[in-house]
Amino acid sequence: MSSQAAQSVTNYARGASHQFSGPTDPAADAHWPSGQVRKGFFTDTSICIGCKACEVACKEWNHNPRDGDLELTGWSYDNTQSLGASTWRHVAFIEQDRERIEQARESGRKLVDLGMPAVRPSGSSSGEGRAAYRDQDVTPPDTPEFRWLMASDVCKHCTHAGCLDVCPTGALFRTEFGSVVVQDDVCNGCGTCVAGCPFGVIERRSDGTAAPTTRSGEKKGEQPDVPKRGVAQKCTLCYDRLVDGETPACAKTCPTTSIKFGDHPDLVETARDRVHQLHEEGLTEARLYGANELDGVGGTGAMFLLLDEPETYGLPPDPRVPTADLPVMFRRAGLAAAGMLAGAAVAFLGGGR
Amino acid sequence: MTVSDFDQFRPPEPERRGRRFGKLRRKRRPGRTDGSAEMLMVPDVEFTSYYGRAIVKPPPWGPEIAAYLFLGGVAGGSGLLAYGAQLTGRKLLCRNARLGAMVAVSVGGAALVKDLGRPDRFYNMLRTIKLTSPMSLGSWILTAYSGGMGVAAMADVDRLTGSRLPLGPMRRALAKVEPVAGGVAAVFAAPLAVYTAVLLSDTANPTWNAAHRDLPVVFASSASLAAGGLAMVTTPTRETGPARALAVMGVVGDLAATRYMESRMDPVAAEPLHQGRPGRLLRWSERLAAAGGLGALLLGGNRALAAASGVALLGASACTRFGILEAGIESAKDPRYTVVPQRNRLAKRRAAGITDDSITTAG
Repeated sequence: MSSQAAQSVTNYARGASHQFSGPTDPAADAHWPSGQVRKGFFTDTSICIGCKACEVACKEWNHNPRDGDLELTGWSYDNTQSLGASTWRHVAFIEQDRERIEQARESGRKLVDLGMPAVRPSGSSSGEGRAAYRDQDVTPPDTPEFRWLMASDVCKHCTHAGCLDVCPTGALFRTEFGSVVVQDDVCNGCGTCVAGCPFGVIERRSDGTAAPTTRSGEKKGEQPDVPKRGVAQKCTLCYDRLVDGETPACAKTCPTTSIKFGDHPDLVETARDRVHQLHEEGLTEARLYGANELDGVGGTGAMFLLLDEPETYGLPPDPRVPTADLPVMFRRAGLAAAGMLAGAAVAFLGGGR
Repeated sequence: MTVSDFDQFRPPEPERRGRRFGKLRRKRRPGRTDGSAEMLMVPDVEFTSYYGRAIVKPPPWGPEIAAYLFLGGVAGGSGLLAYGAQLTGRKLLCRNARLGAMVAVSVGGAALVKDLGRPDRFYNMLRTIKLTSPMSLGSWILTAYSGGMGVAAMADVDRLTGSRLPLGPMRRALAKVEPVAGGVAAVFAAPLAVYTAVLLSDTANPTWNAAHRDLPVVFASSASLAAGGLAMVTTPTRETGPARALAVMGVVGDLAATRYMESRMDPVAAEPLHQGRPGRLLRWSERLAAAGGLGALLLGGNRALAAASGVALLGASACTRFGILEAGIESAKDPRYTVVPQRNRLAKRRAAGITDDSITTAG
């Protein structure tokens, strides 16, 4: 842990000069006094049983209304469909046959062969997390013919958050825990953050969706009024619970500890231990998502252990915070504006009659 | 899949609606007759998605935002024309450009507020100055521009109405401030026309983001030709020489920059610019711009033909803005535009030996 922390410190120092991208401590960048360790989630999808207790606990704690008329999608057991303004945890269900399992295993093997960053300093592999896993076999009994992937998705709480960067009102802010939260009494619903998120998480809450359905035979009774209409909404990492020293509702309720909450550096270590353990068992399809601080969003606060390529779960394969290119955009915009000025000057000085 | 003797008695399974989950293979699009099919040189790519569900979300922006993109451009270009006319003593051009700019910026601003989720909180746009938010910077640019242009246009309205505005002793002050106000508007005019390109590009939207290097040039050109066109509609030909020159330069810039932009974009991310309604709008934008540009160049001396050319130019700019906005919104509805370009760039980096910056890691 100590060498891990040292590694992180050097990485933070490296990132201090560029806050648009690269490794950094987001809370420190936001000028929070040091002392609070970054919090996050590690969602180990290999032990998710698809009970959706996280979805329910999240809705209940955050008073989130239902998204719209209930409908059956035919997508395995997933009728929630996606993260959105009123759904901050979403459990994905994917059914795969032998061919897809072999493809996943193969793509995972390629990833291992690439020699992906073994940033973990040597000697730290005998952490407590690893020892705990050794005692029990938590691998679900897959057959080679069929497997059922379940994964609880959530806001990534990126190190470099696109939504936060582009918010014009300051309604989105970085908390002392390193998470990203909307102040719903400040947001004016401009919708820029919706376009800014590389993961498609944040959304503007519309007002019509929870109106009682008028279709006969399907009326589910009066719905309560939709709160916080017209403003952007997303997972807060249960900010209100964190300030009281509580665990977020989804992690607290998860019966299999698939959703783990804790200090971000510890979670990264837990995640790496777990993926190594699965690799040792021959499950090369296991891979981490979001645990690399060199990626396009500077690493995520919420990390995942996946058993197939990210796009299988509806996650982008190479997300990049748009603000990383903002200096280029400003330069090009300055050039274009200068060109427009020059054009007008030429029009009046030269071409005028 | 169960296999029993009774399976033969089952009715045939209904065709699933929507795309099935799994490896998706794109069907070849139906043939086109307008020659734009050559633009699609990209081979069909296999990719995986979660039941065909989109990854990034389209922003909740309706036609109001496209209208603002257009009107903001008209206002920006007109601000420059008005100031140039003010400095060179073209009184009619100056007045008409100012009034046109003021109408454009007022209607555009109202459209922006209407599109908010909470229009009653529009003033929160000026709650802070945030350098990483093009929307925040744009709000300040729009405010500064409207302030300058509002004062300058007020002086013109006062003259038009024969000093009937209830200004009292302020009239003399207004006469002093008017030229400065026109200058303030001119300073913020070009940024007003261009910042919207950064606003669109600084997002995770596949098409807008892929255009981030060249979209500002397209928008600046589109604003120039639209403002030139508006002047050709409103102002007699003897004063519109500079406006026509600006319009012609705008047309050349617009046609060249659009092509250059598309050639530098990821070919898959550029596809929505050629398909469906956005594709039609952008093709019409090109035709109208070319026609209006030729009109401005050759027929600018004839009042009626110049006005017709001006209308074509305004139409071209409107088509560009609606086309670009809608293409981006379409690109966010299909996972293909998010997944394929991202996979390609990841593969390219890996081929170049950069293997440490993927979000997916083996440990």
